[in-house]
Order: sequence, then C-alpha cells, then structure tokens
Amino acid sequence: MNAPTKIASRQDPWAGFVAGVWSEKVDVRGFIQANYTPYLGDAAFLAGPTARTTALWARLQELVKQEQQKGVLDVSVLPSSILAHEAGYIDQTNEIIVGLQTDAPLKRAIMPNGGLRMVEGGLQAFGFKMDPAVSEIWSKYRKDHNSGVFDVYSPEIMKARKSAILTGLPDAYGRGRIIGDYRRVALYGIDALRAFKKESFHELDDADFTESVIRLREELSEQFRALDELKQMAAKYGFDIGRPAANAREAVQWTYLAYLAAVKEQNGAAMSIGRISTFLDIYFERDIAAGLISEEQAQEMMDDLVIKLRIVRFLRTPEYDQLFSGDPTWVTESIGGVGEDGRPLVTRSSFRILRTLYNLGPAPEPNLTVLWSEKLPRGFKEYCAKVSIDTCSVQYENDELMRPYWGDDYGIACCVSAMRIGKQMQFFGARANLAKTMLYAINGGRDEISGEQIGPRFEPIHGDLLNYDEVVAKFLPMMEWLSGVYMKSLNAIHYMHDKYAYERIEMALHDRDILRTMACGIAGLSVVADSLSAMRYAKVSVIRDERGLATDFNIEGDYPAYGNNDERVDSIASWAVETFMGYLEKQHAYRDATPTMSVLTITSNVVYGKKTGNTPDGRKAGQPFAPGANPMHGRDHKGALASMASVCKLPYTCSQDGISYTFTIVPNALGPTEKERVSNLAAMLDGYFASHGHHINVNVFDRETLLHAMDHPELYPQLTIRVSGYAVNFIKLTREQQLDVINRTFHACH
Amino acid sequence: MRATDSVQARHAVAASAVAVERACIEGWVHSTETFGTADGPGIRYVLFMSGCPLRCQYCHNPDTWHRHDGTLTTVEEVLADIARYRGFIRANGGVTLSGGEPLVQPRFCKAVLHGCKSMGLHTALDTSGYLGHLADDELLADVDLVLLDIKAATGRRCRSLTGAELKPTIQFAEDLAAINKAVWLRYVLVPGLTDRLDEIASLATFAAGLGNVERVDVLPFHKLGEHKWRDLGQDYRLERVQPPSPELLEQARETFRAAGLLAH
Repeated sequence: MNAPTKIASRQDPWAGFVAGVWSEKVDVRGFIQANYTPYLGDAAFLAGPTARTTALWARLQELVKQEQQKGVLDVSVLPSSILAHEAGYIDQTNEIIVGLQTDAPLKRAIMPNGGLRMVEGGLQAFGFKMDPAVSEIWSKYRKDHNSGVFDVYSPEIMKARKSAILTGLPDAYGRGRIIGDYRRVALYGIDALRAFKKESFHELDDADFTESVIRLREELSEQFRALDELKQMAAKYGFDIGRPAANAREAVQWTYLAYLAAVKEQNGAAMSIGRISTFLDIYFERDIAAGLISEEQAQEMMDDLVIKLRIVRFLRTPEYDQLFSGDPTWVTESIGGVGEDGRPLVTRSSFRILRTLYNLGPAPEPNLTVLWSEKLPRGFKEYCAKVSIDTCSVQYENDELMRPYWGDDYGIACCVSAMRIGKQMQFFGARANLAKTMLYAINGGRDEISGEQIGPRFEPIHGDLLNYDEVVAKFLPMMEWLSGVYMKSLNAIHYMHDKYAYERIEMALHDRDILRTMACGIAGLSVVADSLSAMRYAKVSVIRDERGLATDFNIEGDYPAYGNNDERVDSIASWAVETFMGYLEKQHAYRDATPTMSVLTITSNVVYGKKTGNTPDGRKAGQPFAPGANPMHGRDHKGALASMASVCKLPYTCSQDGISYTFTIVPNALGPTEKERVSNLAAMLDGYFASHGHHINVNVFDRETLLHAMDHPELYPQLTIRVSGYAVNFIKLTREQQLDVINRTFHACH
Repeated sequence: MRATDSVQARHAVAASAVAVERACIEGWVHSTETFGTADGPGIRYVLFMSGCPLRCQYCHNPDTWHRHDGTLTTVEEVLADIARYRGFIRANGGVTLSGGEPLVQPRFCKAVLHGCKSMGLHTALDTSGYLGHLADDELLADVDLVLLDIKAATGRRCRSLTGAELKPTIQFAEDLAAINKAVWLRYVLVPGLTDRLDEIASLATFAAGLGNVERVDVLPFHKLGEHKWRDLGQDYRLERVQPPSPELLEQARETFRAAGLLAH
C-alpha cells in the first residue's frame, strides 16, 4: 500500500454523521440533506495538482497519444464481466484511487452480451482478432441482445431502420443511460445493501407469480450475484467493501469501484456516474475537520478519481463513431443545483471537481454538468463561468425547471436526461427523423432517396405549390405512423436488453420498484419548423424527378426562420414537439414505461442530414441538420439571445427527456475584460434559464478553434465575433477577413 | 371616493394618452443585436438606428448613413421586442441606442428610452455628440450612461475625418458634465489619422477635467466594414491603412491614464 492509504480509519464508519431515516433504510438523499455543508464562498481555497498527480497524468498521456495514433491501444479478448480481469493499475505505487476496466489502462474490453456482431466489427476495424471460442459460445450456446432484437423485428421496422427514418437505435450495443446509485456502496457497504435487497425479494414470496413478478425475482437474484461479484472484485484490489467507507479516501474508492463494476459489464451508450461530488464532500469535510487530510489531499483524491473516469473506454465500430464521434462515454456528473429546502447543493467539492479541469487540463470526460439556478451562490456561478470560458468543458441544465419533476437528487444520464438517482431509469430510444417524416408526407410514404415505399401508402401531394394546411394534414398521420413503428422497435429492443444484457450491478444499486421512462427523441426539428414556415409565409414550389417524387423545392420570397424569436415560426417548432409527443403518449410502452421525448442529436445530426434529401426550407440533400434544438446554420441572424429565446419556447412538459442547445461564442464577444466575460456569461445563463431554457452547451472558442472553423464552417454555425461595436458571423467573413480577425483579435484577447 | 375616482380616471386618461402618443411615434431602425457586450456595461440589447450626419472615413457601418436604410418601426414594436429579453438584460445589462446616430431621431429616442426606464432597464446612448443639442433634459433624464464617441481631438482633424465640426460634441460633453451625467468616452485609434499622442493628451486633459468621464474605451480601427463601402459603390479611402499595433494602442491608453482616467 502506498503512503496516502495510511489515513486513519474509524471504528464507526458513520461517526460524526447526523442520523436519520437514512440510517435505517437506503436513503442517500436523506443522508446528504442531513449532513452536507453548503459552500457560499469563491474558488480561492482550491489547491493545484500535486507533483504525484502531474506525474501520473503525464505518464497516462503517453499512452493516450499512442491510442490516438492507433485508434484503440489494446483489447482484452476475454469477454468482460465484473470478475473477468485481474486488478489493473496505471502505476500502482502512485495511485490513490485504483481500479481499471481490464488489467491495463486503455485496454478495452469486449462485451458480447450486447451483440457479438458489434464486438466482431470493433475488433476487425482496429486490427484485432476474435477468440474463436468466444464466437462459438455467443453463436452456439448463448444468445445476445442484438440477435434477440432481430428475431422479432417486423419488416416495417427493418425498412424504417434501413431508410434511416429511425437511426441510432440501441439494438446492437448496450443501451446505457442507466445510473446506478454508486454512492450507496460507500454509505452502506455491500453487505447491508445485499440484505436490504434480499428483504425486498422475499416481500414478493407470496405474490402471484405473474410474468412480471417472475422476471423481477430473477432480476433481483442476478442483482445479489452482481453485488457479491463487486465485493470480490474490490477484494482483488485489497479492499473490503462489505462494510461502509470509513473515511474520505474509502468513500471515493468504494463509489468508484461500484461504478467500475458497471463499466466492466456494460458498454452502454452513456455510462453516467450520477451526482457524487456533494455526497463525497461530506466525507472530505469530516476528514478535514478531524485533521486527517488537507485540502491538497482532498483535491488529490478528486483528481485521481477524475483520471480514472477519463480513461473509461469501450470498443465500438466505425459506424457507431460516425453517429457519436469522438469516442464519448458520457460519464456525466451532475454538480450543484438547489435543494427542496432552498439551500444550494453547492459544496467545496462542487468546486473541486471543476478544478480538475485545470489540474489535469480540459477534457470532455467526465461530462461535467452544472445544474443551474438563479439561487446558486454568486461565487459558484462565477467559477463555473470562468471554467467554461477557459475550458469549454462544462454544460448547464435548468435545475429550477427539473426539480419540480425529479426532486433534488436527480442526475443527468448522457447529455440531458434527468432521472431520480436509484429510483428511476430510462429505456434509451435514440431518435426519429422528423424532417424525413415530413418528406414522406409529401411523397405518400415513399423515401425521397431510394424511392421505396417505407411509410403507409398515402396519396402524395400533387400540386406544384406546397400548401401549409395540406402538408400538415398529411404530416399528422405520417407522424402517427412513425410513432407506432418507433415504439414497437423500442419495445423489442428493451425487452431483449432486459433479457440478454441486463444491467445487474446498476440495477442492484436501484430500489426494487422504480419509474421507467421510454425515452424517444426527434432529429431535424428546425428543418421541419423552417420548412413549414416557408410553405406558410413564402412560396414553395415542388420539383419532381422522373419517379414522380418531390426531390427538390424552389422557394420564392422570405420566410421567418426559427431562431430569431419570431412567434410565427417558433410556434410551429413547439407545435411539432407537442404533436409528436402526443402520438408517442398514445403508444403502448414495454414494462409500463412512461413515454418521454428529447430534442437532442449529439453529433448524429450530420448522419441524419446525410441520409435526408432536399427539404422545403432550402436545405440541400446531405447537408447536416442543426444539432438538437438549435436553429439551422446561419438562419438565426438576430443575435445570440434571439436564438436562445426561440429555443426557450420549446415546451419541456412535452420533451421531458431534454432539449439540447449548443451555443458558441468567442471570448471577446462575451466582453472586453476577463471579469466582464465571467459576469456576462453568468448573467446570460441566469437569463437563459429564467426564460425556461432546459440545456445549454457553452463553447467559448479560441484562436485554434477559429482556424478549425475556417476549414469546417458547418461545425460553427453561430460563431460570433465582435470587434469594437461591430458584430459578424465568423463563417460569413471572407477568408482574408477571417485571417485578419485571427491575427488581430486574439492578441487583444490574451 | 368620488374625488379619488376622478383623479384615477384622469391619471388613466393621461397615461393612456401618453401611451397612444408613444405608440404612434415611429423611427428608422437599421438592426438589433440582442447580445451586445461592447456597448456599455453587461449584456446589452443594442438598437442600431439609421441616419447619420457624419461621414467618417473609417465608418464600418456606411449602410446606416441614410434614414431609409432602416425599417420604419413603432416605439411599441421596439419596446415589445426589448421586453422579450428582459430576463437577460435586467440584472447587470441594459439597452443601448446606437446607430447611425440615434439623435437624428430625438423624439423616437426619447420614447424608447422612457419605455426602457419604465421597464426598469439600464439605458445607454451611443452618440457622436454632434447633435447633442437635440438631447433635451427630458431625454437625458432617461439616459443612465452616455457613450460619447469623440472622433478627433482637434476641429481641423475632425473636419477632415468626418466632414463635420468638433465644437458641438465638445459643447455636449460640457453640458453632460454640468448635469453630472455618467460618460464613457470612446476614441477610435486610426494610424496616421488619430494617433498623434500630443493630440490625444490634450483630449485626455479635457476629458479628465469634465469630472463625469467614468472610463475611456480606445477602440482599434478595423476594416471589417470595407466590403460595405464597395457594396454601396463608395470609395474606401483607408484601404492602405493598417489596424494599430498593440503597442500603439497601449500607448494611447496610457496617455488617457496619465490624465487620471480609466482606460481600456
């Protein structure tokens, strides 16, 4: 054991904690509320990285560099499970928090339960060989999720998938978006958790053994097994996590080991960690108060935890990477927010986890998500704004909007999906292409690219001019049809995922009875809104090809575009959200899940665009959609706030799985001095969320990014620059002017 | 009771008469920017009004010179649009009237400013001061901050640079000082035209003597508006002029600081 482990332990792991209901039954929220100390100050107390942290991180960076060159550093061909691999280390003597997915850092695991094909594809793409025994087992003796789904898909679902009106469905890989309450392991220890679970299992002994009760009992038994395996896995690293954590270091370690078990077993699309920083703060503050650790040591533990979270990896295929580029894992940590009693849930550890972005440098993971409220302490707001400006690594979500729905102990799964931790999960449903659906309405259910009949055979639009009312009248039944096909495919997917790739450890860290949502989604919202606006306020004529399909459109006159705070079109966007959600609500969802919807694309807006023909808003075939709920590139010409105001109007009631907006600005446009930039950004966030915005990605870009934007303007639709009273959209400048700005503005900036 | 009723009624009539009159006022608006951070403190809703009596050689918005470059808009429309952004600008931002030259339309300015103050918003007036005499006490009462663009330090230079006299601007600066209205001075630094440090020093002395200048923004000349001159078929005379070097900018700022002013 290395030096930092010699931190004194306690006889009673709960010594010094205020007892409550949480001491008798599993209630992490109750524990937090009874024991946390809000921190209302500024960031001055924070500590920088220790030499150990810097050295460990540098050592890891060498491996990361090699990984970047090769795509994948190494793969363990052993099918992964909680216990499949021996203990692994980056540098054992210098690690404070330990545990790796396999036996070596950045060595990826294979998880054939999700789908053997995905494993084969991933191995092949990066030049690795499959163990024939594994292929044999998962094709002859053991069925995977992927095969199960395709056993039951209908021809209609297959066609909808192929034409990409439905894309990104988790039918070949882990669904993710389930957050185990990993904190429970630190607070209660495995033994107590297992006993609680056992009790809830036996409560059902006398129930009628219906299909759902039998399924639940089998799942609970799987959960006991997973808890036992987690305990054994921890023992490989030298820890007895049967008992509760007795000090800060153990609390961090126990929590991380629980999360580690989840990512050893599941390659879910998003593997979020939950809302751990304020929980851990209680342990840090207890040890600091007892003189057991210093601020520097507390920060060091946080840094080490974050190092581990940054190297979570999954083996994925190039097709997958195309949809969600950049090798994301969405280890989302939710920070801050305000409690139901009005006290901010901001603690010193909320600052500490943000501080890792300086101690270790900026990074996309863990996906640090600040739950914003006007009531957050000023010092915290300003630190968040500063971190955003310096690192572009933070996203923000509206705590005031979500708390009434999800209470004050929810976390964000993936990007925008809120769920009560340990009490709720979602069935992740990717998204449906609403823009293509509108084209199907115009073309009587035929695909505008392949010409195939995909949707129901309606009478297409015959006229030369698109009439708003006529198109809407056909769009409605087409949306209804799509909602049905979509829900059927999701029901099949989640039935099979529960059956063949059940998240044993994550669900072991949930209550027995939970709320399930069926999280559907849409892509192409702004294309739909602008197209319908063009039909109503301009003249859109149809150009048909030799197959009689409407494949191009001619627009005469101007139309109000979504993103300018113009009610005429913003109301159309809201209508589309409400209408499609209305149809989803009518569908039967597997396991009595509550249907919800998101307006979120991540990076898949590019792929959706690629697979969608010309649209009546003037967008050309193949051009990307705007991401999430963003206005289309370059059509929001009234400035950042007008763009935001349009997004803020989308109703969260009809899109409870989240509404994503990505905002990009250069430092100078935020204000002339650093102090002004910080206070302006904080004020902007206050304004955005007071206007009921749900989510915002804040990008404050730098010179390098502008250079990148010159070559890839499509990625920077809203890059605004301001030079002494003159505002321009960066991508609209000539190349010469862009260079001029790059050469000049940034000198002034730094 | 009766008396109160009639007083209230009279107030209501008077208020609605003002409202009706205000609604009828129209002005020429070139464009708006909802996230301005360079024209006054905090996040600003910037209303760019069209029409300007000056013809500055370095103008980056020559497309706002003529009133008819804009769109005729009612005060009510302007205020309704501003109201939609109240959540963003009420805490530490506000509204800035800019242009063109807003004081080309003093009645319109007055009504917009008054409406903004009624909404509890901070207001700024971005002006060259050339038409300062048109800003009466009533208008200025609704202005929290004047962004005063002094184009040059001497009359001769001002004439050659803008085609207009400097005197009215100086007079306006003194008027503002007399009522102790907060002013941020703005000075565009153009190499070869407005970069003489002795001239800047005399301007700085004058500004410091006013007592109401809270800060000075020295703005580097840039050519981002050059294409607009070409689009308008106008001759852009500063084609060969380069933006000032960081050193020159700093020197200019230092000159203002030496007079005891806060300069950015």
